[in-house]
Amino acid sequence: MRIELVKRPQRSALFSMLSPFIAFALTIIAGAIMFALLGVNPLNAFEIYFVEPISQVWQLHELAIKAAPLILIAVGLSVCYKANIWNIGAEGQFIFGAIFGSILPVLFPQFEGPLVIPLMLLLGMVGGALYASIPALLKTRFSTNEILTSLMLVYVAQLFLDWLVRGPWRDPQGHGFPQTIQFGDSAVLPELMPDAGRANWGFVFALVAAVAIWLMMSRMLKGFEVRVLGSSPRAGRFAGFGFNRMVFFTFLLSGALAGLAGISEVSGAIGQLQPVISPGYGFTAIIVAFLGRLNPLGIVAAGLVLALTYLGGEAVQSALGISDKVARVFQGMLLFFVLGCDTLIHYRIRLIGMALMKPNGAKLEAAPKLEEAR
Amino acid sequence: MSANHDRSNLLEVRGLTKIFGTLTACDHIDLNIAKGEIHALLGENGAGKSTLVKMLFGSLEPNSGEIFWDGKPVQITSPGVAKKLGIGMVFQHFSLFEALTAAENIALSLNDGSPISTIAAKARALSYSYGLPLDPESLVGDLSVGERQRIEIIRCLLQTPQLIILDEPTSVLTPQEADKLFETLERLRSEGKSILYISHRLEEVKRICDRATVLRHGKVVGHCNPREETAASLARMMVGSEVKAVVRAPAEGIETAPALLEIRGLSRKPATPFAIPLKNINLTVRAGEVIGIAGVAGNGQGEFFESVSGEVLQQDAGSVRIRGKDAGGLPITGRRLMGAAFVPEERLGHGAAPRMRLSENLLLSRHATDGKAFVGSGGMVRNGAVYSAAQRIIKAMDVRKSAPDPEAAALSGGNLQKFIVGRELDRKPSVMIVNQPTWGVDAGAAAHIRQALIELARSGSAVLVISQDLDELFELSDAIAVMHNGELSAPLPIAEATFEKIGLLMGGAEPGHAEHRIEVA
Repeated sequence: MRIELVKRPQRSALFSMLSPFIAFALTIIAGAIMFALLGVNPLNAFEIYFVEPISQVWQLHELAIKAAPLILIAVGLSVCYKANIWNIGAEGQFIFGAIFGSILPVLFPQFEGPLVIPLMLLLGMVGGALYASIPALLKTRFSTNEILTSLMLVYVAQLFLDWLVRGPWRDPQGHGFPQTIQFGDSAVLPELMPDAGRANWGFVFALVAAVAIWLMMSRMLKGFEVRVLGSSPRAGRFAGFGFNRMVFFTFLLSGALAGLAGISEVSGAIGQLQPVISPGYGFTAIIVAFLGRLNPLGIVAAGLVLALTYLGGEAVQSALGISDKVARVFQGMLLFFVLGCDTLIHYRIRLIGMALMKPNGAKLEAAPKLEEAR
Repeated sequence: MSANHDRSNLLEVRGLTKIFGTLTACDHIDLNIAKGEIHALLGENGAGKSTLVKMLFGSLEPNSGEIFWDGKPVQITSPGVAKKLGIGMVFQHFSLFEALTAAENIALSLNDGSPISTIAAKARALSYSYGLPLDPESLVGDLSVGERQRIEIIRCLLQTPQLIILDEPTSVLTPQEADKLFETLERLRSEGKSILYISHRLEEVKRICDRATVLRHGKVVGHCNPREETAASLARMMVGSEVKAVVRAPAEGIETAPALLEIRGLSRKPATPFAIPLKNINLTVRAGEVIGIAGVAGNGQGEFFESVSGEVLQQDAGSVRIRGKDAGGLPITGRRLMGAAFVPEERLGHGAAPRMRLSENLLLSRHATDGKAFVGSGGMVRNGAVYSAAQRIIKAMDVRKSAPDPEAAALSGGNLQKFIVGRELDRKPSVMIVNQPTWGVDAGAAAHIRQALIELARSGSAVLVISQDLDELFELSDAIAVMHNGELSAPLPIAEATFEKIGLLMGGAEPGHAEHRIEVA
């Protein structure tokens, strides 16, 4: 018995559009099974997980706080992935953006005024972009696989931040806690509507970035270049678009956006550096990018959905005593089902029984493709 | 068709139909192949030849119709079944692993567990007995295209088929190699084997085939004896109307015209283990002339095109000069801005991005040369201008399509080629370099493209055509040079060029060494 994926002659436009919804439905079904196995009434759990966290205005603000970094990072990643370049290290770029942006409030706390925030944001973007340039350089110079290098650099960034806040940047008055000083007032990203909730300007940045990237991808020559190089690299070369330049462009862009997300998170939601500043935003954003079909506007919606899984995770932990790791499980299932649905849109499954596996037959069908693929 | 199944027919096909979506690729095809005959299957691209053959070889399932093998109804559900019946096929595109030896490649497809040495010995014996000498121990990567085809043929013959299907077998051969193949085919026929021969080269069909079935738009439009027809009458059957002959006005004053494309001592090391190095290539193309480059596939034409187009840069900036200026150090965009235009061999994935619309594919090669017209301030694409320019090209080249602005992959090969050539012609480039301008393009479209290239040259541009189709080069060119193993011969003026002379050069003979033995024997 063997399972083969056979390419479909046509993609169904309807199912391409429905795919994220089907994936979401399948996630819900699998989640219900999981809750049932944990001994919880699934309906009850779903209400706590998906409905209660967004039933009040201040909770919507919390949702925006969680969604902002996801959307910012994911729109950057969507450009990478459209170009067929695989930046998996946004989490590290997020952390380095946070570190670079924190240089001002941590090392120069006496520097105050309206310029502080813009400079911090700029530094954050520079930090994320610089950190992202490492895998780009390695890929263009030594043809390393950017998936591996960008991923491994995440751990470097995490440990570097850990060392910083325990060592040179530790707050001397912090009773030995591994954290920097609290940022001064002028280094805190303002809240949008302080009376209603905590949501800060980070969410606005996310929406602006999504619209800007959408405009670039759909209307500008640069977006065309990204799409051509991503879908047919040889045609891209024929068009005169440089692949190495594209590697740098996509890594620097996505790195800068991840860095901006990082500094916005630290300056807005946290207010200081600490050993852990992200519940895995950089990785969850990969799911957001795919669930949003790599379309910046779709990513805004997907970002809100994934942000809800974080809030829901916290809610079931406090209400039902289930580990908040359940959020990770939901995110993982969502990505699994999205990728699964996408695969089945392009391919259909064929089961081949042993009896039918004639020695020559199967092999010969595959063989003529070799020369073409070359 | 007779109702009683005549045992003299090895294969009888009745009412075979295959439908893809809204397209009926094969519409009630009837075909009889007698024992011991060479049967030609003729038709333009898209006429349904490949679909029919795939159904006979079991790689496609027919929607309706019957197949009788030796008088008995059969279902050919997979290539394995076809082989068991005794149907063998030699594909146009080879499926060989370059890093393995000929014998290993054969063993892979036989898959019967016999040791390589036994297979090698059998292959060697068979190859000599059919006059197709082959060293089973040699690496496929080192072999010429003609020799690779021999592996495919021998691999097919080792399974002792009764019917052998050959898909465009001579498109990769020199005229001399083709002659050798015809001897083998005649030998097979004399042994009582049947051959289904697919080709668009009418002269060779007239020469070796006993009967012909002509397809047009998925239907059988006639059966005939090709020996009693003329090439023109066969072409008329295939196309359904007269094919306009290409008119080539004599070029005048070429010797004194400015050289628009100059290639001086161009060399290139192989980029991959199986790439061909270019060795000291010199060529001048002047305003007003068409120069053709002939050669068997895989002799460095692709590498040459990449070097001249600027997809690969040269160390020596003076080795490629466009309109009198050094261009060797400039990438493809820079060369386009100097007035050059390029049409690569591969349409999908090189000349055009398959999943992009025609208007986007127009932008692909012209975003820089027409930067003012197509790209506005801030890098915004002027979609309206691009769209109307694409429609202008579609109209000028008579590109047939199903939607106003379809994806490139939705067009037939010939129509996409018309668009890609038209995209460059629309710029009125002063230097035009085309690799395989009409490969896989039907006769009507091919004539259109060739005529357009000649007219571009006569209006004062330099045109360089790389092609494996000698008929095409003789129709188009004012002079023909031959590429062999990365070297380019001096161009022969068309008045002096003959098939014989060009064929010898394609086989590797140096000019002036007429007694040089060609390695086809």
